[in-house]
Amino acid sequence: MLRAHNLHIRRGRKTVLADVSLQLKPGEVLGVLGPNGAGKSTLLGALCGELAASDGEVLLDDRTLKDWSGQQRAQRMAVLPQVSTLDFAFSVEEVVGMGRLPWQSGRVRDDEVVAEALLAADAGHLGGRSYLALSGGERQRVHLARVLAQLWPGQAGQTLLLDEPTSMLDPLHQHTTLQAVREFADRGAAVLVILHDLNLAARYCDRLLLLEGGRPVALDTPQQVLRPDSLKAVFGLEVLVQQHPERGHPLIIAR
Amino acid sequence: MTALVKPRGLFVGLILLCLLAIWLSLALGPVSLPLIDTLRAALRLIGVPLAPEGLEQAELILGQIRLPRTLLGLAVGGVLALSGVAMQGLFRNPLADPGLVGVSSGAALGAAVAIVGGSVFGGLPEWFGPYLLSACAFLGGLGVTALVYRLGRHNGRTNVATMLLAGIALTALASSAVGLFTYLADDATLRTLTFWNLGSLNGASYARLWPLLIISTGVALWLPRRAKALNALLLGESEAGHLGINVERLKRELVFCTALGVGAAVAAAGMIGFVGLVVPHLVRLLAGPDHRVLLPASVLAGASLLLFADLVARLALAPAELPIGIVTAFIGAPFFLYLLLRGRA
Repeated sequence: MLRAHNLHIRRGRKTVLADVSLQLKPGEVLGVLGPNGAGKSTLLGALCGELAASDGEVLLDDRTLKDWSGQQRAQRMAVLPQVSTLDFAFSVEEVVGMGRLPWQSGRVRDDEVVAEALLAADAGHLGGRSYLALSGGERQRVHLARVLAQLWPGQAGQTLLLDEPTSMLDPLHQHTTLQAVREFADRGAAVLVILHDLNLAARYCDRLLLLEGGRPVALDTPQQVLRPDSLKAVFGLEVLVQQHPERGHPLIIAR
Repeated sequence: MTALVKPRGLFVGLILLCLLAIWLSLALGPVSLPLIDTLRAALRLIGVPLAPEGLEQAELILGQIRLPRTLLGLAVGGVLALSGVAMQGLFRNPLADPGLVGVSSGAALGAAVAIVGGSVFGGLPEWFGPYLLSACAFLGGLGVTALVYRLGRHNGRTNVATMLLAGIALTALASSAVGLFTYLADDATLRTLTFWNLGSLNGASYARLWPLLIISTGVALWLPRRAKALNALLLGESEAGHLGINVERLKRELVFCTALGVGAAVAAAGMIGFVGLVVPHLVRLLAGPDHRVLLPASVLAGASLLLFADLVARLALAPAELPIGIVTAFIGAPFFLYLLLRGRA
């Protein structure tokens, strides 16, 4: 389980993240919302150990991230960055197969996992293609399959951190991707996902963290966080919040 | 599929190509030996009991001249290609070259110091004489690379972009120092310097061969152990870190292997360009970018290419010899341009 306690990050003299405490619970999808520059990616960088905390600490199963060996940590935590810069003509399976690096599970098992992860990310039909021949959205789904393969099939004690996994996807695949993430969490893994689309967040997340200027404004259920007054305060956006007629979660409509 | 050739087919082809290159390299030269005699003499040299009639000359030429030269070509070609793979992986750019981290220019500077300043070291012990040039080149390459690596480090992390720029700056600096030595040199040393700067397998001897063979074997055994990590590094440094790779250690190993390998190759055979750039690229076009195939295949392809280039070098103007660096540049530079233009299309 991943816990952050009183996390602060300073860049030079500027504090870019302050006072964040949170716990990623097994089986839960935690969404992170906030305007550009609110510190969402900084938070993700701090949670995965890429950015050193100036204050506070991040604990994975009650041990600081530094105390884990790279391989053991990679078996428990996978991270999907916002953009990837792979510029070599690997096949789609090879890219997803890189997610199996922390495991010595053998070629047969790895191939099974790669195929299942590709299906889960709705990228099964991309098998055999060259990564460089894919569109931006297809690449994004291949990388999602890669991080899913890293933790496959997903269980309690594992953590998945996703930085805007839907930013380049068409509407259908925004839903299939988050549905796959949802199912992954249902098998026990804890998921943190940075999103921009408030309605996607309302539908697929169990809890939401709202950030503004590097500080947490709210951390609660979507019903509690997605209120017109707090959205106006953080995003400067006038919204109506209604109830989804079929599913009951909040539905946010710009006025 | 992204690969044109299956790994097994590629390896069979490359091994056959390499054997052919070895055979021709042993057989052809100012005195051409019948191919069958070459084979029989080579078998006798490795201890197969064959009748020695009519093989005395072949055995002498083979043992004293062609065999060390061929081994030198294999080791230099293999290790240069491997270093190219390592650098292209480190910089995550298929157009990177082992020279980028300053090892070639550092070695050239070391050699220039040894050649031009050689008389200053007159008091050295007799046995060290033949090693002086190699040792200076090796240490020069290692020294400049260490400096480039040091300049790229900040807050305990290595920034490869800074390393790249530091490498360019130090290469320019070392080149101007070499230029200064060239200006100061007299005619005889100038000729040695020029010839050395263009590279040659001529005058290969077992004494110069051993250090290179040991180092290149070490590098060739070590780097393939990092093949999967190199694959992951191509995703990006932080992605590789999230996959459990110790990225800082991996980068250190890549720079160290390159400095050692290229340093030893340049020390033994002078500056031979474009092998490290072109060979990995060519293999990648055929077999895809997976380092588990790319690393061993590049060794074979690099070794073969260098032997063929050496054949051209010694046969094109026979009995005179072309510097091999000229041959590899003639093949390599147009190929490099082709890659650039092809990428633009």
